[in-house]
Amino acid sequence: MISSAFKGPDEVNSVNLIPSAPTLDNFRYVFTEVPFLRYMLNSLFVATTVTVAALWFHSMAAYALARLRFPGRDVLFFAIFSTLLVALPIILVPLFILVRELGMLDSYVGLIVPAIFNAFGIFLLRQFYLGMPQELEDAAFVDGCGYWGVYWHVILPLSRPILAALAVFFFLANWNSFLWPLTITQNQDLWMIQVAISSFQTQYAGAWNYIMAAATVAAIPTMALFFVFQRQLVESIKTSGFK
Amino acid sequence: MSAGASETHYRRGLNRRHREWLAAALFVAPDALGLLVFLGVPMVLALGLGFFEVTGFGGIAFAGLDNYKKMFVDPLFLDSLKVTVTYVVGFVVGVFVVSLGLALLVQQKIPFVGFFRSMFFLPHVVSLVVVGLVWQFMLTDGVGVVNQVLEAVGIGGRSWLGDPQFALATVVLVSIWFFMGYYMIIFLAGLQEIPREYYDAAKIDGARSWQLFRHITWPLLKPTSFFVLLVSTITGVAGLQAFDLIYVMTKGGPANSTSLGIFYIYQQAFQFNDYGYAAAMSSFLVLLLLAATALMFVLTKGGRFETE
Repeated sequence: MISSAFKGPDEVNSVNLIPSAPTLDNFRYVFTEVPFLRYMLNSLFVATTVTVAALWFHSMAAYALARLRFPGRDVLFFAIFSTLLVALPIILVPLFILVRELGMLDSYVGLIVPAIFNAFGIFLLRQFYLGMPQELEDAAFVDGCGYWGVYWHVILPLSRPILAALAVFFFLANWNSFLWPLTITQNQDLWMIQVAISSFQTQYAGAWNYIMAAATVAAIPTMALFFVFQRQLVESIKTSGFK
Repeated sequence: MSAGASETHYRRGLNRRHREWLAAALFVAPDALGLLVFLGVPMVLALGLGFFEVTGFGGIAFAGLDNYKKMFVDPLFLDSLKVTVTYVVGFVVGVFVVSLGLALLVQQKIPFVGFFRSMFFLPHVVSLVVVGLVWQFMLTDGVGVVNQVLEAVGIGGRSWLGDPQFALATVVLVSIWFFMGYYMIIFLAGLQEIPREYYDAAKIDGARSWQLFRHITWPLLKPTSFFVLLVSTITGVAGLQAFDLIYVMTKGGPANSTSLGIFYIYQQAFQFNDYGYAAAMSSFLVLLLLAATALMFVLTKGGRFETE
C-alpha cells in the first residue's frame, strides 16, 4: 500500500516494491483536491471526545458498581452486562430512527454520544476495581474525603495503567469506525476519515495511486499509535480475554 | 478503622447509608441513562418495529406479521442467510485454527519473536475499510499483485472478487487475516497461564510435542478456546466487521454471493427506506445469534468459563 501510494499512475499496477520514480503527487492530490485534512480532524475530534467521555463515565459507574453498596446493584450490573451481546448492526435501524427523532442526524453530537456507551468498558474497569485493595480508600475516608474525593484522588490515579490501555483501544476503535458514521452523516463536512476513503474509492474507481495514498493517510496514525502504545493495546486485549 | 469516616458522614443531615446510595446513583447515572437510551430503547424498538410498515421520513402503519411473512418468501433474504452461515462457519473455524497456530508458534523461543508478534497483530490496527481497499487492489482482475505473483509461479490467477465461486471465500480469508492477531494475543494470554512445570514434568516422562499439546495445552486452554469461539461467532453473525469489508470490496456481489444478512438488512433500510422490513430481519438475525451461542454451549459442554 505504502509503496503504491508513491507510484505514478502508469506504474501503480506493477509488482516492484520500490517505485522507480517515487512521487508525492498522490498525497498532494489527496490533501488539495479533497478536504482530507478536514475528515482527519473530524475523526480526531470524535474519537478523542468519545474516548475521554467513555473512560470518565465508565470509571465512575464501575467504581460505584464495584465498591459502593446500594439497593439493586446486582440487578443493575446484570442489566448492563447483558447488553454486551448487543452488536451495533443488530440495533442499527432502530438506533438510527431514535437518533433521527432526537434531532441528532448529521451532527457531531450524533456521531459522538451513541458511541460513548458500551458495557465492555464498565465491565473491565469493574473487574479491575474489585481486585484493588480497600485500605487506601479507607484511609482517604478517614482523611475526610467524600465519595467523589475518593474517586478522584484515589481510584483514578490508581487506575492509570488500565485507563491508558483502554484509551488506546477506544481511540483506535473510533478512528476506525465506519458503519455508524456512514449511516448518520449526509453532510460531507462531517464525514469521518473511513467514510471519506470509502467514497474516494467509488469516485476514483481504478485510480489506485490516489486511493492508496488516501488509505495510507488514514492508516498512518493508527500504525503510529500501534508502534508507540503496543504494550497498552496488547494489555487491553489480554484483559478482555479474561472474562 | 472507619469510625472517623462515619463521624464525618453523620455530621451532615443524611445518614451514611443514604449518602452512599446518593453517591452511587450519581456515579452510575450517566452510563446507566446512556445505555438505556442508546442500547435499551433500540433493542425494544427493534422487536416492535418489525410489525410496522415504516416508509421514508414519516409514514408508519401497522403491518402485523407482513414483514415476517415477506422474509420467508424473499429469495434474497434466504440467500443472505445461507451466505451468513457459510461466512460464520468458515470464519470461526479458520480464525480459531490460524490464531491458535500462530500463538503456539510465537510462544516458542525463536529469533525475532517480538517482531513476528507485532507483524501478525498489525493488520488488526488498520481499519477494515483500508484493509478492504488494499486487498481489493492486490486482487484486482488481471493486474493485481496476487495474480501476477501466482502467474509468475505458474499457478495462474483468477478473478478473486468477480467470480461468485471465490468471492465469499476471499472475504472469509481477508477477515481471518484481519482478526488472527487479535485472537493470537488472547490465546497467548491463555497459554501463559499454563504452569511451565507441567511441560517440564511431561518432558521428563518422554512426551513428544504432539503429546504435550494433546494432553496439557489443549485441555487447559479450554476456557480460552471457548471465549475465542464465542466472541468470533458473535462477531461473525452480527457481521459488523464483515460489513465494512463487504461494503468496500464487493458491495454484496457478484450475484449476491457475498451479501451477508447484515448487508442485506442495511440495504433494505438505508437504500430502500424499508425500516420495518429491515427491523423484522434484524430480529431474525438476533434469533440466529442466540441459536449459534446456544449451540456453542452445547458443543463445548457448557464452555466452563469458571474453571479458570
